[in-house]
Amino acid sequence: MQKRISFAAAMAALAVLGSASPAAAQTLGEQVDSIFAASTGWFVALIFADLPGTNIPWIVGWLVVGAVVFTVYFGFIQFRAFGHAIALVSGKYANPKDAGEVSHFQALATALSGTVGLGNIAGVAVAVSIGGAGATFWMILAGLLGMASKFTECTLGVKYRNEYADGTVSGGPMYYLEKGFKERGLPFGKLMAFGFAIMCVLGALGGGNMFQANQAASQIQSVTGAPTWLTGLLLAVIVFAVIVGGIKSIARVTEKVVPFMGIGYVAVSLLIIFMNADMIGWAFGQIFAGAFTDTGIIGGMIGALIQGFRRAAFSNEAGIGSAAIAHSAVRTKEPITEGFVSLLEPFIDTVIICTMTALVIIITGQLLMDAQTGQYILNDAGRIVTASGATGGVPITSAAFESAFSWAPAALAIAVVLFAFSTMITWSYYGLKAWTYMLGEGKNRELVFKVTFCVFVFIGAVSSLDAVLDFSDAALFAMAVFNIIGLYFLMPIVKKELESYLARLQSGEIKPYKK
Amino acid sequence: MTNRIVVAYDDSEPSKRALEHAIEAARLTNAAILVAHVLEWSPYSFLTAEELAERHKRRNEEVSRAKQAVVDPAVAELKKRGLEVDTEIRYGKVAETLIAIAEETGASQIIIGRTGHSTIASRVFGSVAGSLAQVSPVPVTIVP
Repeated sequence: MQKRISFAAAMAALAVLGSASPAAAQTLGEQVDSIFAASTGWFVALIFADLPGTNIPWIVGWLVVGAVVFTVYFGFIQFRAFGHAIALVSGKYANPKDAGEVSHFQALATALSGTVGLGNIAGVAVAVSIGGAGATFWMILAGLLGMASKFTECTLGVKYRNEYADGTVSGGPMYYLEKGFKERGLPFGKLMAFGFAIMCVLGALGGGNMFQANQAASQIQSVTGAPTWLTGLLLAVIVFAVIVGGIKSIARVTEKVVPFMGIGYVAVSLLIIFMNADMIGWAFGQIFAGAFTDTGIIGGMIGALIQGFRRAAFSNEAGIGSAAIAHSAVRTKEPITEGFVSLLEPFIDTVIICTMTALVIIITGQLLMDAQTGQYILNDAGRIVTASGATGGVPITSAAFESAFSWAPAALAIAVVLFAFSTMITWSYYGLKAWTYMLGEGKNRELVFKVTFCVFVFIGAVSSLDAVLDFSDAALFAMAVFNIIGLYFLMPIVKKELESYLARLQSGEIKPYKK
Repeated sequence: MTNRIVVAYDDSEPSKRALEHAIEAARLTNAAILVAHVLEWSPYSFLTAEELAERHKRRNEEVSRAKQAVVDPAVAELKKRGLEVDTEIRYGKVAETLIAIAEETGASQIIIGRTGHSTIASRVFGSVAGSLAQVSPVPVTIVP
């Protein structure tokens, strides 16, 4: 009965928001947008405030410095352990007796389904349309550095997870901040954990939800003409059916289709790149030149750097702490092994998939340049003018693919919706874990979060990209504030685990089960 | 070392026929029977975050259900008929896992029931009986 009442309430709320006529919905969309921008503006301004005397947002510096510190502290672990990480994922070191438990592969695949999403398609388009081809260079560098952050947080995620009597597990920054700080005799662990959890709930509603819904709705609108409020409403209802109604089959189907979508996306991108094989050298030339010289974009070289780092962090979530929640479910005696496996995540997400998107946009000549000066042509908003006239995330990527294959926008629309959906489902779980960490578990408490989550799907779909993007970034990056402080204090623990494991691997005490 | 016969058992009709056959064989050769139940599982499948968190719990539930509903009744029956019995419940690909069990326990043979399906899928990808017949290190009896 309780369930039925709340279902009706949620539907009524959605119906009011979705208000029947499309004409009214347009103005409603604008209203939602302005209310939303007005109420979150201060938060966005705080997170993206520039470092004094520069035009670099402090939060971008925060993430980069963190990634560099972890890279150096662990002796370039992302390169040293890369081969071993692949051996772990392939199951070479898996004890056959543990069959039926969560494998390294499964933990990685689930975490990836939360990270591979619109950040890879829309986010990259935003980065290169503001920062030019050079943004790609910084994005790849950020991806490589981010592997060390991911390694650190996921090792801790497994080490300090909670295992309950019934066999279920809960892990993530909330737990390592609380338990790890306590173990080291540091104060404020619980406070840090709560800070993280609050931001994680906001991040789940922003980057893990609104941004995804927004871009899925806008791509559907451009392909079929369906208004964004309709797509938003539909998405909200389907998400509701899965997370509140418990219709797991929908999530399971998506979970199975999405990996193949990802592979298909990379395959089509490679096809376009090789169809223009003579342009590959030029494209990389553009990427390097743009990274170190002023190509006429707003902010010059620094502008490209900021865009590259910002969008990479948004896409691979390294240092944000989110993936540690999914990775912590793996069954292993050695927490460090999941750290190794997790470092593949930014590599696959950013170094491979994001780079594909960027290369396709650059190679198909989407970014217009003044032939005389070699500088990009900017529009009034300070964005680079594109060949198709498209602006904002997915439309730019869609136009780039369309220039090679006319069917691409429709295929991309399907991919976008599925990516968006799987990211939303995974993030609804992350958000819920943070929510229940703060408030305790309980049907009604969980329901409040789940219904709120569905309402935000709708708000995200009807709001404008800029308002959504700023809030989504701000909320996600705010998670990194608490998480990275925690990682600095807890990294000696990870180092101890790493040294012990590597010594045992070298001595042959840890052996592969399969050749 | 006791002479051991591995029987693949899942409470289905074909597996019951295989068990009957194994009982005869065990009596003739004075062997022990190992009732093996394999839960089909791939470490490369895709799960949601929620399923990951609950996996260990589900696995425990699946194993105890298999034990109570499938393996224990068969063991009781065999004991009643005076045979020596062992059991194994494992996750994995059926054929591979049966072979692993046979190798680890030093079993002399494997007995399985034929499902009788001749679907296109099993012709293309091979059936459990087919793969066992091809790669098993010990003699395999397929009971029709």
